[in-house]
Amino acid sequence: MFRHIAHLIKSFTLFELFKGLSVTGKYLFKRKFTIQYPEQKTPLSPRFRGHHALRRYPNGQERCIACKLCEAVCPALAIDIELEEREDGTRRTTKYDIDFFKCIYCGFCEEACPVDAIVETHIFEYHFEERGKNVITKEELLAFGDKHEAEIAKRKAADAPYR
Amino acid sequence: METLATFLNGFLPEGLTTLIVIILKIVAILLPLILAVAYTTFAERKIIGYMQVRMGPNRVGPKGWLQPIADTVKLMFKEIISPTKSSTIVFFIAPMLALAPALAVWSVVPFWDGGVLADVNAGLLLVLAITSLDVFGVILAGWASNSKYAILSSLRVGAQVVAYEIAMGFALVGVLMAAGSLNLSDIVRAQEGGIQNWFAWPLIGLLVVYFIAGVAETNRAPFDVAEGESEIVAGFHIEYSGMAFALFFLAEYASMILISTLTALMFLGGWLSPFGHALDDIPVIGFILGDGFHWLFIKAFIFLFCYLWFRATFPRYRYDQIMRLGWKVLIPVTLVWIFAEGIAIALGWKPWL
Repeated sequence: MFRHIAHLIKSFTLFELFKGLSVTGKYLFKRKFTIQYPEQKTPLSPRFRGHHALRRYPNGQERCIACKLCEAVCPALAIDIELEEREDGTRRTTKYDIDFFKCIYCGFCEEACPVDAIVETHIFEYHFEERGKNVITKEELLAFGDKHEAEIAKRKAADAPYR
Repeated sequence: METLATFLNGFLPEGLTTLIVIILKIVAILLPLILAVAYTTFAERKIIGYMQVRMGPNRVGPKGWLQPIADTVKLMFKEIISPTKSSTIVFFIAPMLALAPALAVWSVVPFWDGGVLADVNAGLLLVLAITSLDVFGVILAGWASNSKYAILSSLRVGAQVVAYEIAMGFALVGVLMAAGSLNLSDIVRAQEGGIQNWFAWPLIGLLVVYFIAGVAETNRAPFDVAEGESEIVAGFHIEYSGMAFALFFLAEYASMILISTLTALMFLGGWLSPFGHALDDIPVIGFILGDGFHWLFIKAFIFLFCYLWFRATFPRYRYDQIMRLGWKVLIPVTLVWIFAEGIAIALGWKPWL
């Protein structure tokens, strides 16, 4: 009986409704979480996996030895490698294509690479302007690596103690 | 207006002058109203955004202030598609039928003392009658669309509006008993003399019932089963695009503003200042503290804010719960309240009369 009356009073004073309103009312004045994207950016982990790049040694020689471990480990079959033996007896790629539509950015290629040649950089803001441009060639990957080498090396060094 | 009328009378027949003056008044009411509707949508997105701890639109123009303009332009340039098997004429008449009553009611709304287009004696009845017509647009839209979602939605709206119209009407009966008049200006004048004389105090229950019924009447959250996204996609306007959809949108928000304004007029003393005339003589700010349109604006805005607040807070009612609330809670509550008020009036207890 008492509970019944209590319930009646509670519902006719709209108690629960005001409680809910007070919650949203408080949130109205809370600090907003929104990141104003192009102007503000969230910090990226040194392990962030974005656009791929092929690295070179400091003497300018490309690192990749065409061992095809990355091609083998790639779960999306996005990597396509062909190779040759150069005149100096080294084993090098003639073709190193990554299809960015297939790639799932898992980072296994980077993990598998014995010479740290293929890496995923921190850059995630890129686009393709023509059909077919989603397949990134060896030249583009090397050029991309050359362009961002300083930043890549810095992030690799930052992550090295934890590997 | 008077000077303009005398100026025009100089070279135009009298009937034409009256017509021109009335049309100018209509434009003077409707243009700000449509602007208010546009910025209500903006306020809605902003306020709900803030309650969900995000920013809301802030890219178009400074702080996002041009967002409603951009929305309008987008809607204007969209193609209006009518379904192949829809009944085309009704399909296009429906949005106008929804919008016209929502705008027509503004003719009897007094904005300040004497600031009313048509000072009708039975203004309250006219308001009730015309707002009831609103539902025709929705029902016809649902029927003409030849879509199952649309027809289900319009059936829901029909039943819901009928249920809540009664509670709404009874709540207004309480107001007219207290004011002794159906004229909206007279109802406001009956609340003269400061905040303690507002009908909101003796009729607090009716205020709550009226506003709840108003929210249900305009099909807004938490009573928006008409467009329950999870069940019937967008409800009655699912087949509408472009300006035809914009008309429904306009009608919904115009009714929202209307209900807020009417609540302010009938329970919070409309254009009357909460201080009465006590502060009128203060030199500079007396003008602001005295009666005026700005008080109506502020009061209506409070209720409009409540609309948005409710939408950010409450989950949608289940349909049978809506019906239960309408028929078995709100109507008995208003009846009891009116009965008690009638006794109070008969016995001459009149804190407010």
